[in-house]
Amino acid sequence: MKWFDYAAPQSLPEALELLARPGARPLAGGTDLLVQMRAGQRQAELLVDLKRIPELNELQCDPGRGLRLGAAVPCCRIYEDAELRRRWPALAEVAEMIGGVPIQSRASLGGNLCNAAPSADSVPVLIVLRAACRLVGPSGERRLPAEDFCTGPGQTVLGPGELLVGFDLPPPEAHSGAAYLRFTPRNEMDIAVAGAAAAVGLRDGVIAWARIALAAVAPTPLLVREAGEFLSGKPANSENLQAAAELARSAARPITDLRGTAEHRRHLVGVLTRRALEKAVARAREVRA
Amino acid sequence: MKGQKVRVRTTVNGQPAEFLCEPRQSLLECLREILGLTGAKEGCNDGNCGACAVILDKRLVNSCLVLGVEAEGREITTIEGLAQGSQLHPIQRAFLEQGAVQCGFCTPGLILATKALLDRLPDPSELEIRRWLANHLCRCTGYDKVVRAVRQAAAELAEVKA
Repeated sequence: MKWFDYAAPQSLPEALELLARPGARPLAGGTDLLVQMRAGQRQAELLVDLKRIPELNELQCDPGRGLRLGAAVPCCRIYEDAELRRRWPALAEVAEMIGGVPIQSRASLGGNLCNAAPSADSVPVLIVLRAACRLVGPSGERRLPAEDFCTGPGQTVLGPGELLVGFDLPPPEAHSGAAYLRFTPRNEMDIAVAGAAAAVGLRDGVIAWARIALAAVAPTPLLVREAGEFLSGKPANSENLQAAAELARSAARPITDLRGTAEHRRHLVGVLTRRALEKAVARAREVRA
Repeated sequence: MKGQKVRVRTTVNGQPAEFLCEPRQSLLECLREILGLTGAKEGCNDGNCGACAVILDKRLVNSCLVLGVEAEGREITTIEGLAQGSQLHPIQRAFLEQGAVQCGFCTPGLILATKALLDRLPDPSELEIRRWLANHLCRCTGYDKVVRAVRQAAAELAEVKA
């Protein structure tokens, strides 16, 4: 690795000042960034370690406000939090799916999003759970939906000196559920060939709303609005779930690479979306206090 | 600070330790090359093999993916910190007795992973053991003997506590 300097600010204003310097880059868990820097794929003059800043480390489940999650919170804290797991099981499960245990000690969902890999497992989950991203930068604060954050492989909306501080997730509605499924040749420590997240809300026995988002089948994680909208107002039967899965399959724009062919990925999207919907519906039917 | 080495004050195996490193040096390099603790091994150097695993503030991490400067004020446990003098830690003894060691390159990482696992889940299922060890590659023994060693260690540690 080329020489870089390192700073570990204790406050957000201090971090923003450091990030305004030329060649500065934020460091959270480093499980992507350090690998990429070692391979010469990314460079930095200065790494600004975010892990000592309170806002980046927040994890608060509030019955009224929902979940406030700092961008640098490691996966292990997400899946070990009993309250979070009870209310957002799909989020706890995906945090447990990324890498292995030593990776989960460090890797964060903020990092997973900012790395902007099309295969990022947590991003489709954040999208279907309607996560809002909180950003601060030289020109102030802004919020945007998770689905609008990535603009291409490794590319995001972050402007120069701008930082992802964290996520806000609305509280889960009564009779709603979510799930994420992926296909990998190995059970652990693998990267999705394809993945599908689904969230549904039921009202009077029919689907009131649904959201479906895909991993590893487009240049960015992909929200398939039409597949969710199709289900709205329809009974949650296998015919309708299958039809929504077909819409997701058609929306996928997969490529062929070392992990799989475009054809295989498209097939997987259909299967995974249907199964993720079934699991989300089952969860929505569970009685939850 | 431009181009300056950084002084890091940390705790290694219960003892205060201080070292001077470049910000780009990994914790693995600092442990091996500056502090002379060569128990953690460099395998892949990108977080896949687990040979460099150490415990940092009670969490298992790949020390190749941690910067040495990040260790400031933290507590590190390496394989050198497990035995009490010539008395092996029960996990180390279980690995020997079950033949879960062959060339030994992956062993420090596997033993620390086992320690981190048993500190959190004293009686893990086979599935939990395999999930916890999935980030550790062994090319000699196969993993069954490792799983047996973890089970033996769990049983022995439970007995000590009882």
